[in-house]
Amino acid sequence: MAVPNNPRKTLGESLRQHGVSRRGFLKFCAATASMMALPPSMAPAIAAALEKARRPSVIWLSFQECTGCTESLTRSFSPTVENLIFDVISLDYHHTLQAAAGEAAELAREQAMHENEGEYLVVVDGSLPGPGANPGYSTIAGISNLQMLQDTVAGAAAVVAVGTCAAFGGLPKADPNPSGAVAVSDIVKDKPVINVSGCPPVPMVITGVLAQYLTFGTLPELDEYNRPLAFFGQSIHDRCYRRPFYDKGLFAESFDDEGAKKGWCLYRMGCKGPMAYNACATMKWNGGVSWPIESGHPCLGCSEPDFWDAGGFYKALSVPIGDSGDVLLGAGAAGIAVGATAGIMSRRKSAAAKADHQPVTADELEQKL
Amino acid sequence: MITSMDFLLWTKGPMFQIAIAIFAIGMLIRLTEIFALGRRHNYAEARGGQLLPGLRTVYKRFHTDPGTLKRAPFDVVVGTIWHIGFIVALLLFIPHVELIKSTFGIAWPALPNPIVDGITAITLLGLIAALIHRFMHPVKKFLSTAEDYLIWGVTFLVVLTGYLAYHRVINPYPLALGIHILTAEVFLIVLPFTKLTHIFTSFVARWYNGASFGRKGVQS
Amino acid sequence: MSTTATQTKSPFSLERGLQAWREEMDAPVASFFSSCVHCGLCATACPFQVETGDPKYTPIYKLEPMRLLWEQEYTLWGKLKGKLGMGKQITDEMLEEWEPLLYDSCSMCGRCSMVCPVGNDIAYMIRKAREGMVASGHAPEGLIAASVRAVNTGSPMGLQWKTLEVQIKHVETSSGLTVPLDQQGADYLVLLSSMEIINFPEYLEAITKIFDHAGVSWTLSKDCFEATNAGIQIGNKDIAAKLTQRVVDAAVKLGVKNVISPECGHAYTAIRWEGPNNIGRAYPFKVFHIIEVLDQLRADGRIKTEGKEMDRLSMHDPCNLARKSGVIQQQRNLMDLVADNFVYLKEHGKLQWCCGAGGGVSSNERAEPLKMAAFKRKKAQIEEVEPERMVTMCATCRTQLEEGLEEFNMDIPVVGLTEMIAEHLKESD
Repeated sequence: MAVPNNPRKTLGESLRQHGVSRRGFLKFCAATASMMALPPSMAPAIAAALEKARRPSVIWLSFQECTGCTESLTRSFSPTVENLIFDVISLDYHHTLQAAAGEAAELAREQAMHENEGEYLVVVDGSLPGPGANPGYSTIAGISNLQMLQDTVAGAAAVVAVGTCAAFGGLPKADPNPSGAVAVSDIVKDKPVINVSGCPPVPMVITGVLAQYLTFGTLPELDEYNRPLAFFGQSIHDRCYRRPFYDKGLFAESFDDEGAKKGWCLYRMGCKGPMAYNACATMKWNGGVSWPIESGHPCLGCSEPDFWDAGGFYKALSVPIGDSGDVLLGAGAAGIAVGATAGIMSRRKSAAAKADHQPVTADELEQKL
Repeated sequence: MITSMDFLLWTKGPMFQIAIAIFAIGMLIRLTEIFALGRRHNYAEARGGQLLPGLRTVYKRFHTDPGTLKRAPFDVVVGTIWHIGFIVALLLFIPHVELIKSTFGIAWPALPNPIVDGITAITLLGLIAALIHRFMHPVKKFLSTAEDYLIWGVTFLVVLTGYLAYHRVINPYPLALGIHILTAEVFLIVLPFTKLTHIFTSFVARWYNGASFGRKGVQS
Repeated sequence: MSTTATQTKSPFSLERGLQAWREEMDAPVASFFSSCVHCGLCATACPFQVETGDPKYTPIYKLEPMRLLWEQEYTLWGKLKGKLGMGKQITDEMLEEWEPLLYDSCSMCGRCSMVCPVGNDIAYMIRKAREGMVASGHAPEGLIAASVRAVNTGSPMGLQWKTLEVQIKHVETSSGLTVPLDQQGADYLVLLSSMEIINFPEYLEAITKIFDHAGVSWTLSKDCFEATNAGIQIGNKDIAAKLTQRVVDAAVKLGVKNVISPECGHAYTAIRWEGPNNIGRAYPFKVFHIIEVLDQLRADGRIKTEGKEMDRLSMHDPCNLARKSGVIQQQRNLMDLVADNFVYLKEHGKLQWCCGAGGGVSSNERAEPLKMAAFKRKKAQIEEVEPERMVTMCATCRTQLEEGLEEFNMDIPVVGLTEMIAEHLKESD
């Protein structure tokens, strides 16, 4: 991987060399166009641009991660255009995939940075211990993640944070966040950061972002979390094929009940589809075979910040986080105690008034006449 | 920067706990204060019981006597409609049933979403009509205080934001849901300190009324 | 008449009034004030509000000063607000403003208590509120005068035993029967109301005949003939206790088992429900309204009647008797006994409308216009069913009905039910 192809080749040449037909390539371009909310007429233009694109240098930094994001990209069932795109970028550093190790590997990174100053892309997966945390929680070649990120990003054109850990801190940041994990965007403030969230992200979303960069040399339009709107613009719920069941009020209540068998809505089983913005419902997984909800499992909302701490995966979206029952009991007991004290004071006030009672007499009343 | 997800998690997490804590403390103070005052011993020979007539009155005041219905049809009809609508939306909407189940460990069947949706729309209209009526009706207008309008607003906003969140009119959804949860929390926080206490105390009041009349042999 | 501020010697004061209210605070009051949502439905239940259309006569509004005291002193939240300087002060001026609301425009008929959707027993609170009004010197002159007369002379109208004695003689002559006086150990001690003695002397004759017919052992007491209790109307438990004690003493002295309250609404609630609580103990005797006694005699077959009234009759249930005491079916049974053509008013029984004169309104000259205004509700009810005569069983209601119907030129006589029964007694041979 470290030295994959002749760097002089264009993407088009490289694809043809791998036996990808023009028809297959155009299909990919059409899909990319539609995802970027471009009219279908743009597909040939995308194809033309991609064909001519030179392989840009990409440095892939893996911090506190599980390699799931890389797996998502590379462990495809069969070679796809998506991973071929990866073949044709110049992935100059990716310590999971590259053959080189140790100092040689770090050298490759420094070399790529030096040679492509100001032009290379940095892809990050995994969160990193933040400036306030012990840097020793995660190091590569003796360099802290924070140091490596700051050094590497300095000369980059843009940063793509792949996966929810890189985008939002993800699992390492989950309460109580022992490693002081932060997201890439918490550190990188002076370069464009594109978040491609998901645990893992849909592979085509990653390649789609790269495709746009290759095609237009621009970065996509982003949402409030700096995620490409084209992929994260709509919620799972709005695109879910089970939505009609939600609207009709037909819900599965356990994994093996009649509703589950009939494919009814999984809201009551904890589906976070209404608050999750991702492309799963339209693009699906494993080459369009299926996706979690289609497999009968509620959406975890993995593309959203703090999804680990957003209540239980199997608790409905409306269920509050934390032990409300205990709070109610505690507060209720306190209320009774305070109320009883106040009530006894009130009672005493009335009792005192009764004790001091001055009977009204006819003589007193007569004075009023 | 606070994102809509931060906001949602805050409303579902710490803010919810704060709200129910204030609600529980406040409401139990109110109720305990009431009960602590007690009643004086009644030396008059009773003509009837207290417990059952009291309970019957608790139930009977859901039905308006025909004369009052004739004299105040708008109050009775609109008031009944939006109260029922509010309670149906609160207790029989699936996400709310899930919330109650998680908090109190009890659950009951819910209504299909489209039915709750329709009832919610009617409730909103009912609340608007009730507000207009409060402005127009001489007695209501005369009695109304700033607090009455405040609790109208708090109640209306809970229903409205729920309706908007359900229809996903506000985007992104975590913001819509967060706003709805927050308005519900405001409702809970305000409840013990305003006339919203009637949600609980009216049952106490009805019982005392029914018990007092019942003791004298009248079902009130 | 409110002279508290200027006359330094006045025994009444704002603070004394507030103390009286503090004595009255209890769990029901706290639950009622906690529950009002200002829906205004009590206004639709109040003849004074309905007929004047004035929002200030809305029943719950009449309690605003007492509500303020409750909020400020009996809720933690209110105390907190008070510390922050929020909330209105209760002043003498405020109580003066509320005096006509609590007295002139309220007969304590309790209809609002039946209608309130959250269950507030408003009449219960009005009764309590009047305690504070008396103690703060804000009771109406008419009621003060009646209370003073009741305590000093034994009758709120200043009626002397001599007057009653003349009437007894008259009854005895016309009926040929004896009116028993101070009969030790009689079953029933019969009480009368001054208004009855003056306006409706036929009542005494009627019960003399009925009790003779049914063989009832009864007596009047020279020590205490007055059933009414001005203390209840003005809203002062000390005066009320004093007047109740007279009845209790008379009954105990004669060793009677039962005391009969006459055709008077408030006298009945006063002695039946409030009296034991005013004196702080249960009675050694039972208390009945005359209608209850008559219905029991009817049920026991001790009253035999003949003939029926053939004209169209309707009936006014006194609030104190029906709604506030649960005596509803009894008068209907008795009507069936003697009336052939009886028609109910549309709202009757526990949801009947007040005549407008109860709760001390008729003793309060200042309230005269409001009393007549409130009567219009009753008038409308009567017009709906167009009876030829009205029957009732309360001297105050009867007087108000007669005056009101005359005021509106409606030729509908009003009769007392006891008299009507007496007229149909089967002659014994």
